[in-house]
Order: sequence, then C-alpha cells, then structure tokens
Amino acid sequence: MIPAAFDYAKPSTVDEAVRALAEGGEDAKVLAGGQSLIPVLRLRLAAPTVLVDVGGVGELRGVRDDGDALVIGATTRHADLLRDPLVARHAPLLAQAAAQVGDRQVRHLGTLGGSLSHADPAGDLPGAAVALDASFEIAGPGGRRTVSAADFFVDFLTTALAPDEILVSVRVPKRPGWTTHYEKFNRVAQAWAIVGVAAAVRRENGSIAEARVALTNMGSTPLRAGAVEQSLAGSAATVDAVASAAGHAAEGADPPSDAFASADYRRHLATVLTRRAVLAAGGIA
Amino acid sequence: MTVVDERPAAEVGAPRKRKEDARLITGRTMWTDNLTLPGMLHLAILRSPMAHARITRIDTAPALAAPGVVAAFSGRDVAETQGSLPCAWVVTDDMVHPDHPPLAVDEVRHVGEPVAVVVARDAASAVDALGAIDVEYEPLPVVLEMDEALGEGAALVHSDKGTNKSYTWIYDSAEAGHGQAYDAATAEAEVVLRKRYVQQRLIPAFMEPRSVVVDPTADQVTIWSSTQIPHVLRVLIALVTGLPEHKIRVIAPDVGGGFGGKLQMTAEELITMMAARRVGKPAKYTETRSESLLAAHHGRDMYQDVELAARRDGTLLGLRVRLTANMGAYLALLTPSVPLLGRYMYNGIYKLPAYRFECTGVFTNTTPTDAYRGAGRPEATYAIERAMDDLAAELGMDPIELRRRNWIGHGEFPFHTVAGLTYDSGDYEAATDKAMSLFGYDELRREQAARRESRDPVQLGIGVSTYTEMCGLAPSRWLGSLGYAAGGWESASVRMLPTGKVEVLTGTSPHGQGHETAWSQIAADQLGVAFEDVEVLHGDTRTAHKGLDTYGSRSLAVGGFALVNACQKVVDKAKPIAAHLLECDVADVEFSAGRFRVRGAPADAEGKTMADCALAVFAAHDMPGGAEPTLDAEAVYDPTDFSFPHGTHLCATEVDTETGRVTVRSYVAVDDVGKVVNPLIVEGQVHGGVAQGIAQALFEEAVYDADGNLLTGTFVDYTPPSSADLPDIVSDRTETPAPDHPLGIKGVGEAGTIASTPAVVNAIVDALRPYGVDDIRMPCTPERVWRAVQGGDRS
Ligand SMILES: Cc1cc2nc3c(=O)[nH]c(=O)nc-3n(C[C@H](O)[C@H](O)[C@H](O)COP(=O)(O)OP(=O)(O)OC[C@H]3O[C@@H](n4cnc5c(N)ncnc54)[C@H](O)[C@@H]3O)c2cc1C
Repeated sequence: MIPAAFDYAKPSTVDEAVRALAEGGEDAKVLAGGQSLIPVLRLRLAAPTVLVDVGGVGELRGVRDDGDALVIGATTRHADLLRDPLVARHAPLLAQAAAQVGDRQVRHLGTLGGSLSHADPAGDLPGAAVALDASFEIAGPGGRRTVSAADFFVDFLTTALAPDEILVSVRVPKRPGWTTHYEKFNRVAQAWAIVGVAAAVRRENGSIAEARVALTNMGSTPLRAGAVEQSLAGSAATVDAVASAAGHAAEGADPPSDAFASADYRRHLATVLTRRAVLAAGGIA
Repeated sequence: MTVVDERPAAEVGAPRKRKEDARLITGRTMWTDNLTLPGMLHLAILRSPMAHARITRIDTAPALAAPGVVAAFSGRDVAETQGSLPCAWVVTDDMVHPDHPPLAVDEVRHVGEPVAVVVARDAASAVDALGAIDVEYEPLPVVLEMDEALGEGAALVHSDKGTNKSYTWIYDSAEAGHGQAYDAATAEAEVVLRKRYVQQRLIPAFMEPRSVVVDPTADQVTIWSSTQIPHVLRVLIALVTGLPEHKIRVIAPDVGGGFGGKLQMTAEELITMMAARRVGKPAKYTETRSESLLAAHHGRDMYQDVELAARRDGTLLGLRVRLTANMGAYLALLTPSVPLLGRYMYNGIYKLPAYRFECTGVFTNTTPTDAYRGAGRPEATYAIERAMDDLAAELGMDPIELRRRNWIGHGEFPFHTVAGLTYDSGDYEAATDKAMSLFGYDELRREQAARRESRDPVQLGIGVSTYTEMCGLAPSRWLGSLGYAAGGWESASVRMLPTGKVEVLTGTSPHGQGHETAWSQIAADQLGVAFEDVEVLHGDTRTAHKGLDTYGSRSLAVGGFALVNACQKVVDKAKPIAAHLLECDVADVEFSAGRFRVRGAPADAEGKTMADCALAVFAAHDMPGGAEPTLDAEAVYDPTDFSFPHGTHLCATEVDTETGRVTVRSYVAVDDVGKVVNPLIVEGQVHGGVAQGIAQALFEEAVYDADGNLLTGTFVDYTPPSSADLPDIVSDRTETPAPDHPLGIKGVGEAGTIASTPAVVNAIVDALRPYGVDDIRMPCTPERVWRAVQGGDRS
C-alpha cells in the first residue's frame, strides 16, 4: 500500500495549476481530496509521475450566488455542501446526495469536483449533477470552456476533461418550485450505490408538472430516465401514477453485473427506487 | 485508636473502565509496526497471482539491482533450510498432511502464497523492487469447490497425495457409549428434516494487520509479532527452525485484534526470521490490508448436511451431521481440528437420544482456513438452531415451544450429553423467559401476523437462538486424547513489590479483551490492594515466561483460576509474616478485606496489610523461623473440564420484499456467562460478538472467481458492517455460577458470535415463510433475499 514515487506540485492559482499540469505532461494528475486517487495509487493501479494538488487554489473553493444559478467551486468538500445555506435553499439535491457519500471522514476530504471528474458510475454526485442539469466550467492551456452535464460524462471513469484541463466549478441552475430527493441503495452504510436515483419534481395543482430523474450505476455514466420523466410530466400526483411511470426506469439502461448485484436485479431496483425517490421528492403519499 | 474500615469496595463485579484503553485507542503504544530498531531493514513479499501453478523459473537477481535493496531470495534459495509451517493437531492417524513451505518452492497452490522476498533499507524501496523479480508460472488445474474436489477425477491440489481428502473423522454416540445408534433411534421418526446449510468462507479481518520484527543481533533472537500466541510461537519457532528455545524471545506487544486470525504461526513470521538472520540485521515486515485479507488464514467454509428426526409432538429422536470442511490449500496450525470442535456442540442444549457426526476435510486451491471467533462452535450452533426453527415450522409449532420440549431442564444438571460432554450448569428457562420479556415476543408475533394479513411489503420475522458453548480450552488430558500437540493449562505469577504494589504476570495474551483491567480487579480483591496498584504484564516470554496464550474463551476461565491460586499462595506466604509482626500464632491470623488480624480482634483493629508484609519481607531483618524472604508465587492451573455459558438471543428483522433489504429491528441477547468480573467488558464482548455474527448472516463473504482470485480483497468488496449497519443491542444476563470455578466464571469471548448468526437468519426465513422460503444462503444479501421472495434461484 505504498504508492510508486511521484513529484508533487501545490499551485495557488488556476493558471499555475494548468501550467503545472502541462509541464507534467501525460502522466500528471490533479489531486483534490485524494479519496479516489490515493487508493488507486496505493494499490498501484496507476503511477502518475506528478501530482498537482489543487487544494491550495482559492478560486476553486466555495459556493457563490450568481443570479439564476449557483456556482460551486470544484474543491468544495462534500461536508461543505451539507452545511451551505445557498445549497440548502437552491440545490438541496446536491446536499442530499453528498450526505450519502462514504463516511464522515470521506465527506470531509472528498470534493464535488473530484467526484465529478472521477466519474465513477457508482458515485452519488454525478447523478445529482445530471438531474439538476449542471454545467461544468473547465480551464486548460487554451483558456476556459463550459460543458453541459449531458456532454461531461463520456464513459466509465471518463469525462470531457482533457489530461491538461482542470474542472474549475459547476454551475447549477436554481429551480424555484422544485423539490428533490436522492434515494441510494447500498450494501453497507459507507459503500457506493448499487443503484441510486436522483429525482426532482415540480408540482402544480395536484399534478406533476415536470420531473427530472437521473440514475446512478445503471450504466457506464449517470443516466437520465427519459421515459420516466415523460410519463410523469402532466400526470396525477398519485402513488399509482408514479409507480406506473417508475416502471420505465430501466428502459435503455445497460447496468453492470458484478459481485454486488446482477444486471437484472439492478433493473428491478431502479424501478422500485425511482418510485420511492419521486414520491419522496414530490411529497406524495 | 479507631481506624476507618479501609476495605476497598469489591472490585470483582464492578464496571471498571478499562485501564489499557487510553493507550490502545490513541495508538500511543507499542504496536509492532511502531517499532524501529537501529539499522532495521524492511521486507516486501512477492505473492502468487495464480491459484495453482508450477514455478518454472524464478530470478530474484534483478531486484538486487534496484535502489536500496540489500537482499532478495525465493523459496528455491532456502528450500533445504526453511522448514515447514506446522499443523499442531493431527486428527486421525491417516490424515493427509502435506508440506507447507513458508516460501513456495516448485509449486504455488493458492493466490497470495509467498514466493519471494525483497529486503531493503526502507519499505518503499522493498515494494518498488518486487516488480523486478522475474517469475514464470505454468498454470495447473484449479479446484475450488469442495464437492468437486472430492469427485472422481478432480484436479489435485497436492498431486503427490493422490487425493484432495485430508481426513474423515467420525463420532457415533452408540459406539462412544454416550447414546443410541442413529438409525435405530430414528426408525420410528414421524418427521425427518434434511437440510444442507452452508457456512460461507469468512475473513477474520482484525483491525491491526499482521506485523513482525526480528532482531537477530543479540544473544537471544527477539521476535516481536502481532500474534495471539507468543508462548506457543516460541516453542514452534524452536521446533521448526532448530534454534534452541532459550535463545528465542517472543514478544506480542499491544496487539490490535485477532479473532483467531492471529492464533497461527505464519509464513510471514518465518520469512522475516530467515531474512533477518541472512542479512544479520533487524528486519520488519508489515502486511497491507489487501495482503491481510488475501493471505492471513480464513475461517468457516463448510457444508453442513443435517438430518434431524423427531416425533410429531416435537420430541427429538436423533441428529446426523455430515460435514464437509474446506481446509484450503494447506493445513495451518489448527486447520483440521476447527470443524471437529463443532462435534461437541451440534446437539446444542437439547436432550437427544442419538447423534452421529462425520466430517471430511478437503483441500482446495484457496487460502488455508483455521480458527475464527468460535472455531467450530458457531458453525455447529448455526446448524442446530436453524434446524430447530425449520423443524418447528414443519411441525407448525412455535420455535420456542419446540426448544422447551427438548432442552435440558435446569434441574437436570450436571447433564451428560449425547456428544460426550458433561454440562455442569445452566438455566435455559430463566434466560429464555428474560429474553422473551425484554424482546416483547408476543407483541412482535402479533405485529407479524398483522403484516402478513395486510400483505405489507415490509414483512417482520422473528429469529430464535438458544445456544450453549464450551469455554475454557482446555483440559490437557482431553487435548492429548484428541491428538493436539500441547496442553491447555494456564499460568499466573504475582510479584509483591517492597512498597506494596503488585505485578501480575499472566500467560494469557490479550489483544483487545481488557485483561489488564480484569486481572487487576481479581488481584485487588484477592490481595486486598487497590486496583490502581496492580500492573498486569503479559505477552513477553522473558517476563511472563510461561503460558499458553489467548483463544477459545480460555483466558479468564483458565488463566483467572491460575491467578486466584497464585494470589492464594501469596496470602499463605504472608500469613506467617503477619503473625510475626502481630506477635501471635499463625493459626490465630485471619485475612480479610486486605488485612491480617488476630482472630477475635475487633473488626476495626488495625492489623497488618499486605504492604506491611511486603516491606517486612523486603527488609528481611526479622524473618520468622527460616521463612524464605519472598511473597512471590506462581500457579499453573489445568482445568478439569470445560465451562458452559449459554443464553437466548432473539432477533426481529424487517424484510423489504421489494428490494430484499434486511434491517435488524431489534436484538435481545440474554447470556449466562456465570459470575461477571467486569460487566462493561462482558457487555463489550457480547456486542462485538453479536456484530460479528450479524456480519456473517448479512454482510461478509470471501468470494473467489473461477480462477481462484479473491474478489473480496479489499474492505470495499468484503463489506464488513459499521455501527451504522447494526441495531441497538439489548444485552442482559442471568447468572448461574460455574460450580467448579473459584470465581464462578465461564467465559464470554465467543458467545455473541456463536449465538447471533442463526438468530438473524432464522428471523429472515421466518419473515419469508409465507413466500415458501425455507432457507437463504449466507450472507443474506438483498439480491439473494429478493430472489428468494421471487421464488427463483435461492443460491
Ligand atoms: C471509503 C470511501 C468511501 C466512498 N464512498 C463513496 C460513496 O458512497 N459515494 C461516492 O460518490 N463516492 C464515494 N467515495 C469517493 C468520494 O466521493 C471521493 O471524494 C470522490 O470520488 C473523489 O473526490 P476527491 O476530491 O477525493 O478526488 P481525488 O481522489 O483527489 O481525485 C479523483 C480524480 O479526479 C481528478 N480530479 C480531482 N479534482 C479535479 C479537478 N478539479 N479537475 C480535474 N480533475 C480532477 C483526479 O485527478 C482523479 O483522477 C468514497 C471514497 C472512500 C475513500
């Protein structure tokens, strides 16, 4: 459990960080909370030659109100999300998902940006970001660019980030009138999701006007459950209507079979958990 | 002059906080890995990535060229001298017992088996250099599953042995004269339950990974090891390496857990010794968590084919158990005996006319199994307690009622069991009544009926486990008759220091149990000194020179007995001294509440304390006629029999039939461990044990893929539960003192683990009986439970 030797850089601005990455070349890696990267290094599944620790870059940390959206710095910790008043008010789904991450120690070190950049399909934050239609601000040698949630998650552990780019912040649109819930199913309390469902619902006069539902660990990236959303839009806010919509949750999903669960079981769980998540999000009993 | 009665409150029975905890919890203590010696080198071990292969080529020379490396060698380099890891328990005359080299020489037989070692100036360099070792493997056929291993034409783990069977061991109550023959006794049975229960493979997963430091530079070779058995280890090292025993010193410093997993002589200990002696410098090896999960011995892993015959009124007629036990690739220290310890316990607390037990030990290409908390007894208790619930369901009888009809009544002790033991004491009625009322048994049954009625997607189940176990391993004569190489006595010494303080030496070797506290409480009462004035020394063969260490819930039951005897000897030696100081006849001296007084003197007479005697002996100016100037004493106690704690555990589970998730809603443990020295420690043992038993029922399993790779090689995959996954445990006690123990104590180290696993699985199955479910393979993962509800594949 001793990583291979590496060099360590600790920049204090985004520009310095980008430069350090460029200098490090192919084998340089960003280090944020280290909660995913360090285990990988200790198991020697990867051996980067340079680690660029972005923990000292002030611009990357914190939550800011930007009119119709929140802008959340990449190194904002899970624990920060849990107690941030802006998040509680405008994007509680992020806090609901962050609350389910690992254990207390992990939540105090792990970061939002690290979770999203790592893009583990079993991670809790990617699904929430997709459900909220977040967009991602990225800095690289060529300047800054913005990528939508739909385009950010490319494949298993793969994002739109190039090796020389850094995730700076995540922009989350405020959604007045929406209510949310994150439903996670795992083996033990500190484990990753077997399946998770992030749901956001807007109710209007006893019916569901709109819903957004994203699935964790039902494919190589977080997935929008489009058929569920369509079926919910305009439907009655009743248990039966939600259950019937949730029956579509696994449509188009290609979940993994692993030591924790078979693909079939995951498909089944997706429907049960989607029903529960939407009912909880919409306050429907 | 009046003196206040300085009699200390009785220590035995007081809920003392553990005196060792501050240092253990903060880690500011001597864990083996904290040790640094001048010039110390570090080891890294290259392990086999193959479950079965011939080593066709191995070259450690390239590693020597790596920075910081001092030495590197493989099994071939030490083939003639390294010896074989011992198995100390030969269970049958014809037991197949293959060689077990610490470093594989020509063939590897499980993933994780050590094949080569690098010695470097620092740990990182040693790990880095492993990659430079050149090994070529020629794959050999792999056999992992026991029925397959025993089948015709199976691939052989040890081809030279011609079989994968290590032994078959049979006990028959008729042949042994402890009961009738199974077939005859069950000929008229009206119901025969036939079940295969599966004990999955578990990993002890102690908190502190194993670590060893060897210093070969002094006159004695000193070995620090994170072990449960420093004394046994010293003898074994002498036998295996040929190093004279008096030139070996073994130290188990503070040890962070074991659960049987450190009741072992390990390849890593011998490899570190070889490395240190080759380079002539101190050397350290500390395993990683992944290595620990892969290569430290595993536990359980048995098939239990059970036949339980009864009459319709519930009267049990006979029990037959056919056990198939996975040895792994080699026989480790106690491997073959672990399943056999269960033979004494399959009959549980019941009166059975006939009992037959057959066990076959099987080799597979997996990590060797050995003792894990309870060692044979949890497995046995699981089978009989699952079977009792299954039989009750079959008979349409309440599972507690079925037990009542068959258990040994409290007036029937001592009771000679069909397995050949004599249970000394117990009160199963009292423990069960108490557990039922704490649990709210009848109310929960009503709630269960209501949920069944309303087809609630969350069903409620109630699981029962009424267990006993055998503690206080073990009478030496008994061990000898079963082929174990050593005895089962334990030792204690007391040193009275001149200022009245006390050093207690114990041959038991705590690794988290709190012996320092419990032994201090006993010595304080026996000697009439303050709890704080007792220091308990252990784990170093130079100081606590004699002992057989800690396992099998033996430390207090056997070692505590020795301590009482040693204290008694101190008092006996002090009496003539006190008489001399009091200027009276020895026959007129009484010792009570820490004071020697002249018989008939007023209760508030000052008398003389143990400290007065200790000082008098130290000065030795005026010893009574010819007395030896010391109060120190040693006692060795060999138990005459086991002790038999028992209890009733009740578990209520909620089973979400939509997802298969099981939640333990309430858990009641009423244990009878005899007299209690420290209720906090007892409760801690019960809670930890119950947690471990729940872990087997719901969470943990060591899983191999088809090639023999361990899939659960990290805690992420092995999923041990944390407090967030466990219920609040209501624990209470009944107290039936052990009649043959001076303190009436029985042992508690394994009780919770033994009792809890069947209670939980019984509760899950009970919840799902309306769905036609009668078994779920452990661990009862959500997917398995969900599939059982679906009526599908229940494996
Ligand atoms: C015991 C344990 C349990 C866990 N349980 C869960 C769980 O239940 N659910 C869950 O979602 N997660 C879980 N995690 C993972 C946790 O959420 C991590 O915090 C997260 O995956 C990574 O965040 P980090 O800040 O630690 O990133 P790091 O580990 O530092 O980095 C992760 C990856 O992202 C890259 N990276 C990090 N920041 C940036 C950036 N700003 N720009 C570009 N690339 C970047 C790194 O180069 C690396 O490849 C667990 C972790 C542990 C150790």
